[in-house]
Amino acid sequence: MTETMTRPSVLAALIAELASGGVRIIDLTQTLSPDFPQISLPPEMGQCAPFRIEEISKYDPRGPSWYWNNISCGEHTGTHFDAPIHWISGRNLPNNSTDTIPPEHFLAPACVVDCSREAAEDADFLLTAEFLRAWEARHGRIPPRAWLLMRTDWSKRTDAVAYQNYDETGQHTPGPDTDAVRFLVEERDVVGFGSEAIGTDAGQGFHLRPPYPCHYFMHGSGRYGLQCLTNLDLLPPTGAIIFAAPLKIQRGSGSPLRVLALVPT
Amino acid sequence: MTTPITRPTRKNPVLRTRLPTLPPNARSRIALGLTAGAARGVFELQVCEDCGTVQYPPREACRACLSARLRWRPQDGAGELIAETRLHHSQELYFRERVPWRVGLVRLDVGPSVVVHLHGDVARAPARVRVTSQLDRSNQAALVALPEHATPHMADDPELREMTCDPKFRKILVTDGKTAIGQALCQQLAAAGADLIWAGLAEPWKKLPGSDTLASIPQVTQVPLDVTNERSVQDLAGEIAGKVDIVINNAEHHRTTSISSRPGTDVARAEMDVNYFGLLRLAQAFGPALQARGADGQSSAVAWVNMLSVYALSNFPAHGTFSASKAAAYSLAQCLRAEMQKSAIRVINVFPGPIDDEWSQLILPPKVAPAALAKSIIDALRSGVEDVYPGDVAQEWFTRWRENPKALERELAQ
Repeated sequence: MTETMTRPSVLAALIAELASGGVRIIDLTQTLSPDFPQISLPPEMGQCAPFRIEEISKYDPRGPSWYWNNISCGEHTGTHFDAPIHWISGRNLPNNSTDTIPPEHFLAPACVVDCSREAAEDADFLLTAEFLRAWEARHGRIPPRAWLLMRTDWSKRTDAVAYQNYDETGQHTPGPDTDAVRFLVEERDVVGFGSEAIGTDAGQGFHLRPPYPCHYFMHGSGRYGLQCLTNLDLLPPTGAIIFAAPLKIQRGSGSPLRVLALVPT
Repeated sequence: MTTPITRPTRKNPVLRTRLPTLPPNARSRIALGLTAGAARGVFELQVCEDCGTVQYPPREACRACLSARLRWRPQDGAGELIAETRLHHSQELYFRERVPWRVGLVRLDVGPSVVVHLHGDVARAPARVRVTSQLDRSNQAALVALPEHATPHMADDPELREMTCDPKFRKILVTDGKTAIGQALCQQLAAAGADLIWAGLAEPWKKLPGSDTLASIPQVTQVPLDVTNERSVQDLAGEIAGKVDIVINNAEHHRTTSISSRPGTDVARAEMDVNYFGLLRLAQAFGPALQARGADGQSSAVAWVNMLSVYALSNFPAHGTFSASKAAAYSLAQCLRAEMQKSAIRVINVFPGPIDDEWSQLILPPKVAPAALAKSIIDALRSGVEDVYPGDVAQEWFTRWRENPKALERELAQ
């Protein structure tokens, strides 16, 4: 068989698998709702706008036969994608914004590291390089250009207060430590890091060195971030393919998006 | 002695809610001078600059010397009731629904005799009285004669209660329960006899100091409310708007930015979103339900309070974008007042000076304490005024603004 003949058959096979249930699509996206919390910075700093939706018309005198809304939000509202330009460390990289990232990067395999037990015991749980090596011992080496998705079951905290998890010392959510991030970038060449909490970095990530290491090293080396993911518990440790394409915002630092996983059954 | 009002019995849900009626509201332009005083709780009459004669009713020229130099001056209202009667019939729908109604004639110590609504605790004529100028349900000045000395439960007098918006036995929405002012309002409304208080909470995950205070007040129910979120406002209105008697909109976004102190429009937009559009969203969602209940028995819907700022009158450049958002809100509040007035709902605008909170940290005292601001709002509801300038700074700025707005603009630009 020639290559020109096999290429379409891969896609045709995929469609057939989707139809037969051999491949399922899992939606990893939180619903964009005004009630979903957004990241909060100290009030004197600039803030990410929450998602807002206001009716233009609803089969009423404002528009008798149609229903539609105006929406507004920040680039980092809801389930969203972080581009390298988001962080100062990635500001001078080529193709670092949502409109210039090569579209091939939007489709990639996923390695899902289950930290749900650890996160349940410790909201400030930090994923370490050692933890990742132990995961590789069970599931194989993390392939190049894969997403590393940190499953914490944090998305099951449907109450916004529990999801944000603030106390007097700030936010307490799990994330990776500095060594884990450097290991993923420098030794495993991941395409990016995804998490279920409000950010890819831990809630207390400001106190790590450097502050917010996942943002600093991932974006500093042209990698991406996905946060506010859900349904990671429905993914296998390996074998899923992630489709995550941000809106093509000119010089955008990120965007809300629909994240889909293709999973073999 | 006034019979104190009691907690109203539950409303029969199959009976029709009566529509509000209004007392006669036509006034000449000159007579509106009386309303201007009543709006901020001051009884003013014209006094002749040439011969000193006090005038009533309001007029173009002095009744003694024909001078046109008449100025509105505060009066203490002391006088003697010289005649009284009790109306049992009226062609006016408003009074027809409220007779018997006590009226009288008072000779003021300063000269003129005035027709007054007569408080039930005033003894039969002749009796010493204190005349005040109150806004009636048409938002026009009406003179009310009160007993010379306070009497027990005098606020519960039916005629006086027609002029006021007492929170006693009323159900009240405080749109932001997370601030010190919101919490002070809840505490003081409860102490003032409010039946039920809903305290709005935006972004509940941000735990701010004092939020436990609300949980300790039995009359308070905490409800989700974010005035920047149309759906949140509509959801809450759908749940409670038909029961709210008083809305107190204290939701506020305050940052200390001017045009040049910070690039971008995000802060100004956030201020407008809460301070201006928040009021618009609330008014659209809650206004119609309040208007439908403007005559719903003893505890009818009665008032809408806006926490504005004295910076709404003239821009305070150090807080320039905040000032602009409050000016926009002030303008919208005038629109709301015009619309709500048709249903006998009073719109009260509160114009505090700097409040003793984190966003006025760098402003020197005097600053209005949150509890003092809350008290001024409750006093306004009880006394029935519609414009309040609480605190020394607000009083001073308001006076300077009235005398010469251009001078105040220049002074604030220093």
